[in-house]
Amino acid sequence: MPEMMTLIGGRTSKQGTALCVSKLGAEYREITSTVEMNVEDMARLGLKNGSRVTLRTAAGEAVLTCKGRETKDLPPGILFLAYGPLASQLMAGDTAGSGMPISKNLDVEVEPVPDPAGP
Amino acid sequence: MGSPLRIVNGRVFDPAHGVNGAVQDVCVRDGKIVDDVPPDAKRIDVTGMVVMPGGVDIHCHIAGPKVNLGRKFQPEDHRTDVQLRTKLTRSGTGGSVPSTFATGYRYAAMGYTTAMEAAVPPLGARHTLEELHDTPVIDKGFFVLVGNNLLLYRLLQEGRREEFRQALAWWLAVSKAYAPKLVNPGADELWKEERNSNITGLDDKIGSFELTPRRVIAAFIETANELGLPHPVHIHCNNLGHTGNVATTLETMRLAEGRRAHFAHVQFHSYGPALGKSQHHPTSGAQEIAAFVNAHPNITADVGAVMFGRSTIMTADAPLAYLLHQIGGGKWVNADTENESGCGIVPFTYQDRVYTNALQWAIGLELFLLSEDPWRMVFSTDHPNGGSFTSYPRLIRLLMDREYRKQQMEQVNQKALDRSGLRDQQREYTLSEIAIITRAGPARLLGLTAKGHLGPGADADITIYEEDPDKEKMFSAPRYVIKDGELIIEDHEFRADHEGRILHVAPAYDRQIEQVIEPFFEDFYTIRFANYAVDDRYVPHHQIIPTGATPS
Amino acid sequence: MSENVKIVQDATCTFCGCVCDDMGLTVDLDEHKITKAENACILGKAWFKGHGLEERPFALIDGREASTAEGVEAAAQILAQARFPLIYGLSDTTCEAQRVAVAIADMIGGTIDTTTSVCHGPSGIAFQGVGESTASLGELKNRADMIVFWGGNPAEAHPRLFSRYTVTPKGMFTPNGRKDRTIVLVDVRRTASAPAADIFIRVKPRSDFEVLWALRALVKGRKVDASIEQRTGVSLAVLQDLVARMKTCRYGAFLFGMGLTMNRGRHFNSGALLALATDLNQFTHWVAKPVRGHGNVTGADNVVSWQTGFPFGVNFSRGYPRFNPGEFTTVDLLVRGEADAVLVVASDPASNFPKAAIEQLHRIPVISLDPKATLTSQLAKVAFTTATYGINVAGTVYRMDDVAITLRPAFESPYPSDEQVLSAIRDRVRALLGGNRVPAAGPAAAAAS
Repeated sequence: MPEMMTLIGGRTSKQGTALCVSKLGAEYREITSTVEMNVEDMARLGLKNGSRVTLRTAAGEAVLTCKGRETKDLPPGILFLAYGPLASQLMAGDTAGSGMPISKNLDVEVEPVPDPAGP
Repeated sequence: MGSPLRIVNGRVFDPAHGVNGAVQDVCVRDGKIVDDVPPDAKRIDVTGMVVMPGGVDIHCHIAGPKVNLGRKFQPEDHRTDVQLRTKLTRSGTGGSVPSTFATGYRYAAMGYTTAMEAAVPPLGARHTLEELHDTPVIDKGFFVLVGNNLLLYRLLQEGRREEFRQALAWWLAVSKAYAPKLVNPGADELWKEERNSNITGLDDKIGSFELTPRRVIAAFIETANELGLPHPVHIHCNNLGHTGNVATTLETMRLAEGRRAHFAHVQFHSYGPALGKSQHHPTSGAQEIAAFVNAHPNITADVGAVMFGRSTIMTADAPLAYLLHQIGGGKWVNADTENESGCGIVPFTYQDRVYTNALQWAIGLELFLLSEDPWRMVFSTDHPNGGSFTSYPRLIRLLMDREYRKQQMEQVNQKALDRSGLRDQQREYTLSEIAIITRAGPARLLGLTAKGHLGPGADADITIYEEDPDKEKMFSAPRYVIKDGELIIEDHEFRADHEGRILHVAPAYDRQIEQVIEPFFEDFYTIRFANYAVDDRYVPHHQIIPTGATPS
Repeated sequence: MSENVKIVQDATCTFCGCVCDDMGLTVDLDEHKITKAENACILGKAWFKGHGLEERPFALIDGREASTAEGVEAAAQILAQARFPLIYGLSDTTCEAQRVAVAIADMIGGTIDTTTSVCHGPSGIAFQGVGESTASLGELKNRADMIVFWGGNPAEAHPRLFSRYTVTPKGMFTPNGRKDRTIVLVDVRRTASAPAADIFIRVKPRSDFEVLWALRALVKGRKVDASIEQRTGVSLAVLQDLVARMKTCRYGAFLFGMGLTMNRGRHFNSGALLALATDLNQFTHWVAKPVRGHGNVTGADNVVSWQTGFPFGVNFSRGYPRFNPGEFTTVDLLVRGEADAVLVVASDPASNFPKAAIEQLHRIPVISLDPKATLTSQLAKVAFTTATYGINVAGTVYRMDDVAITLRPAFESPYPSDEQVLSAIRDRVRALLGGNRVPAAGPAAAAAS
């Protein structure tokens, strides 16, 4: 069953250093396709570091790789994703007359991608 | 530079040469006024028209960090006053803080060819020069803020006067400024460090420094004169806008002790004590200020007249802007610059029915009308603080046309007029006097020997007006404007674009002073010493105005 | 490493808005790369290391290699023929290039917008509404004894903001550096910046505005109900303690990030924070600054403002500048399918715009200028390779506090600068149009008729 969570887009220093090398390279792609998730949430959803998960918003969807974070750093129900091509897929185009699309605190549906090697 | 040109049959007003409306030719070649040009030179017949040197604005706020904050702060002020693009010229927006292109074109279209931005912290010099580069047609420069400079304070406090002098020369040179500027000396330390307080008098202690405004101002006047600067020192006194500040202003003027000093926008510093019960209703102090200036040839001033309507208070005097914000309750900008300056910006509207605004308006006019030497009490509105530069033609009409002035006086708060001396003034400025206060005088006070007159060797910056009984109309839209010998405006329309020059000084200084300045940068600045000085790339088209004496 | 080495002192890093100008660069002139960047943070080191010369075509037209001149001709044709051209980006190039970009937009009657519209654009809108008490970064170093970071993660995005300008440096009235300061961090998650703070306050997502408004009320001496904790995740006691500290410090500063602007509430959030700083000035000195991202996004704001009167999202189609966020901002122009050609300077909207905006980029002719290949350059009809500002190109950039700094390039690039390419495009478009494009019937003509 998909679950609703809150996605925060942002920058990281790793993303910053990777884009100096190449925005088309493997490192940048990996960083911008990894979503950070609370470890308790992951356990409940049966996810491990490296598991694949589908995020869905009204605007679109993206398949990302999971990475766990402790509760003191990332509370349950909150996800973090570095800006990049996959974050774009989830952003709505409406700016409410401001010019600024919303990229933080997006309501997202989270659904684990079935592991082909799994049961 | 344009081809040789002979302007014939105009009534020439060139007060620097005693020419007062005589019909004579003006010849132009290679961007300069010359005695004669070959007979086949282009001729412009200006029969019946008035020929003057291009206008010179000695004090305005048109470029740099605070001006740009004032621009982006007020979209509401731009949208109803736009500058249309033409085939030749760039578009822009107006209001009380126009965009750079609009600023240049509008000055030119009014017959002004030189303007001085009056308050830039040295750290903002590079930004200011970038904007001035995008301000077309006119020649321009800026005054650099040094009156709240913490290293200069340290040197002064420690009695290191020679180093103080060298450091002042260094700051003028590395920022490519035109003149040193003091704004509410001492106030920044109280504003930034002592819970937004302000200097109240010349003997207040300046924060943690063993200094007073009196000592600071006297030192700058003395040192700027020693440096032989074309415009020694430009002073915005303490207590601007405060009831009873005329006493502070006179005390500050006395500090010059016979040395040259220029006092900015004295209207804002000519308020007498409150009369009667109200603390908020000052009286006019114009009589006292005008009398002092009349009697002291070393003292010069610009008026800083107030014109009713929309303005923007935009000043390095941060406590003043905050005071106005508290009174008005609207939006407010404050901007502190490390070791150098403060700044405040508040949108403001002068209303003719409001006592204080009407009194300010009256005092501005009084100062002009009481001045016995137009060469030393020159024209300004402290644009945009007292009103936009685009209101200059109306101000000229108020000075030249007694009947018009009377009509306008009927519209304003009468109680305020009662407490000014404006009703007693019957004087009307002549065209020659207008030529003095708007071009010849400011050029002379700035030490710009090639401007403000039409003698051989002068820059060929010329404005030609069609005479009109309505002086506002006459001065709003000259028929021709010539800049550096090039016909920029003909029949009221732009015929060419033009890039004016940056005017600045480059006083010599002893390189040893950098040994004193650099360690201060290491400790207290966030920009490297090596990256602070503005290089020549920022003044691709410039003119260095020589300084008379160099520090030994 | 070759023997042909040059040292550049006091060079400037243009990766982020800190624009640190104290870099000591070691340059291998044979290899055309920077081998060492003294004083640089992790991002700066990557920036300098990652911008050596790459073998790339000078231009690509429809994916085919071309000369810069051929690219200029193709780009000029696109811009001259477009009915609603847009120029976008500009935050990673010099002010000299930005000035030419605005000139082109003015000449063709197009739209100019910068990455500000998707960064601190809402803070710019808030600034226009309530103003801002601000300061150059040196004032924070010299004076600030309380600093509140809100909705930003400088440790990762602006590493030297802490060490060079705000948290740890010793200044004139902060002689003991870190010890003289109270540092507060407010965010929805505990970021890498949290260890730098004395007080970390976690707010619930989407409740920054409510917390800021409650603080304003407390500063003004009004009552705030204890239920604020339920709504925002922050207890009344924590808010009261914060207010007491803020009212009694000597020189306070807010530094806020896109946690406020890219979030529900946008300019209302920024405006609430700016208004709080204004309110606090009744008690003591307070300033507030948006922490700006790209190396010269602040320059872009300044240049667009001085040339047009407005900071971003400016349209020239009526013959004069008009400003309207939501109407003339890039995401909106693309999502609505209005822009029919885009010139992108030093930015990569194809990799970070909302999906619907990226789809429009695929439909219309795009011209891109970038030192590197990006998703945007890949979809562009005309893609120029340009030299990197600060590394190969001299010029001016503005730090996040509006301080202008002159760049000291490290080594030469065979590729032209953005300014050179834009100037060539401007000249060619001018020739094609015969001067500035003047609308047939402006408002003046309409009013006269």
